[in-house]
Amino acid sequence: MKKYSIFSLARNAFKFHQDWEKAWRSPEPKKNYDAIIVGGGGHGLATAYYLAKEHGITNVAVIEKGWLGGGNTGRNTTIIRSNYLWDESARMYEKSLQLYEGLSQDLNYNIMLSQRGVLNLAHNLQDIRELKRRVNAIKLNGIDSEFLTPEQIKSIVPMINISPSIRYPVLGASIQRRGGVARHDAVAWGYARAADARGVDIIQQCEVTGIIRDGGRVTGVETTRGVINAPKVAIVTAGHSSVLAAMADVRLPISSFPLQAMVTEPVKPILNSVVMSNAVHCYISQSDKGELVLGAGIDGYNSYTQRGSLHIVEEQLAAVCLLFPIFSRLRIMRKWGGIVDTCPDASPIVSKTHVDGLYINGGWGTGGFKGTPASGWTFAHTIARDEPHALNAPFTLDRFTSGSLIDEHGAAAVAH
Amino acid sequence: MLLIPCPWCGERDEPEFHHGGEAHIERPLEPDQLTDEEWAEYMFMRTNPKGVFLERWVHQSGCRRWFNLARNTATNEIIGAYKMGEKPPTSTIANKQKTATVSNKKPKGVR
Ligand SMILES: Cc1cc2nc3c(=O)[nH]c(=O)nc-3n(C[C@H](O)[C@H](O)[C@H](O)COP(=O)(O)OP(=O)(O)OC[C@H]3O[C@@H](n4cnc5c(N)ncnc54)[C@H](O)[C@@H]3O)c2cc1C
Ligand SMILES: [Zn+2]
Repeated sequence: MKKYSIFSLARNAFKFHQDWEKAWRSPEPKKNYDAIIVGGGGHGLATAYYLAKEHGITNVAVIEKGWLGGGNTGRNTTIIRSNYLWDESARMYEKSLQLYEGLSQDLNYNIMLSQRGVLNLAHNLQDIRELKRRVNAIKLNGIDSEFLTPEQIKSIVPMINISPSIRYPVLGASIQRRGGVARHDAVAWGYARAADARGVDIIQQCEVTGIIRDGGRVTGVETTRGVINAPKVAIVTAGHSSVLAAMADVRLPISSFPLQAMVTEPVKPILNSVVMSNAVHCYISQSDKGELVLGAGIDGYNSYTQRGSLHIVEEQLAAVCLLFPIFSRLRIMRKWGGIVDTCPDASPIVSKTHVDGLYINGGWGTGGFKGTPASGWTFAHTIARDEPHALNAPFTLDRFTSGSLIDEHGAAAVAH
Repeated sequence: MLLIPCPWCGERDEPEFHHGGEAHIERPLEPDQLTDEEWAEYMFMRTNPKGVFLERWVHQSGCRRWFNLARNTATNEIIGAYKMGEKPPTSTIANKQKTATVSNKKPKGVR
């Protein structure tokens, strides 16, 4: 792997950018690997990277049915924060944020992390009490968090409507200043390039159609490009967790729902932080290209269609126009959907299964982009050592039998 | 937006309805006999097929009654509604299922 630097940029500029080497190889799949990772989203690629980097396991294939990051990684609104209520989540997401903070250097790939601050709005007295409680709980976990008055919000987000007479007035907010956004494709591509450099085979356009077992042990996968063997198979297929698990008769507490997002036409810088509201359900930020990135709520029924209903979009846009009347003049350019796998407690699963050598990572629901580094980091540990790391031990499948759920439903200030 | 055929009111727009999750999950008859694994299966584990799904809906802003729906989650195609207590339209589903993809098998258990 040639290092990206100011010098390589200058050198290639002189060659009219015709000479860049490919960011990763596209090898033919081998017959045997030490581990197979199913799913080439950010989480799968991060898992492969940390398997190679932290555990020296490099004879690894990442198998992706489409293209890298073409699932939720490339469809999400890229909000990153670690201000979760419960200790287990706080530790997991804070680890993730810390890994994000060093990721561009670590991967030698600019993931465009922008820690511009994430605000969660309060619209009534109960919201305020809840947010204040949360701010304190988060601080106790050593994570930055503050409560803001409407005037303080206005000084950070000048365009917001803090009039007390609107239907859902803005009465306060919590802010995590270290929160922000990153470039989603870059996260997938950066991990892919760095994993490839350490010997991982990245195989795209190859769908896993079956999981091969011998007794209670996994031995490989059937794919559209033939059988590939490995003593360890790791499923990281957001949006298809249940489908892949069913191939090995593993039952999951997951339901899959569409989640939609959209962007407006690009405008000059107008919004310099991330604003989210649970009550009126909207989350909004501005991309470096100038588009406003808007996320909606989930559709209320199970679906794998990667598209949702229009009334969900209508609700979300009504909320945006209430908080930012000026944005009502903008036109929506694109709208899309992804499929989010949700658990009953709105917390992810990073776990072994009852099948030896079969691991599963899923159920990150509407908020797993921020978890990408820690997800890969803990999952790699779980696969390499055949036991969870302390960080993901609370997030195994066992919690649904023991009853120790991590009930972030409603506990996450907002869902994303 | 889905156009959902309520068995009592006929076809209505989706926002009139509320989704109630997977259908035909039976309450355990002898709850004190259940193991932790059986409780987990009853409470949390869900069939989440990419293909025909049997689900419950309530016509919240209409007749307020619950009913079942057979719908293909890969296409959103609605195969048919049937009332609570009725059997799913298996023959229609069987025909449709030929075109559907992988489905999640239910193990023998508490259901
Ligand atoms: C609209 C939207 C907005 C969101 N906003 C946010 C946000 O602001 N912040 C946040 O933290 N999170 C957000 N999320 C959630 C986040 O996108 C996901 O939790 C996260 O990206 C999941 O990452 P992943 O790598 O596991 O999944 P994916 O990127 O979906 O990767 C899974 C991959 O598995 C592949 N696959 C599936 N089946 C097979 C098979 N049989 N064989 C081979 N490959 C297969 C898929 O093609 C896919 O590429 C949002 C999601 C959506 C849809
Ligand atoms: Zn009705």
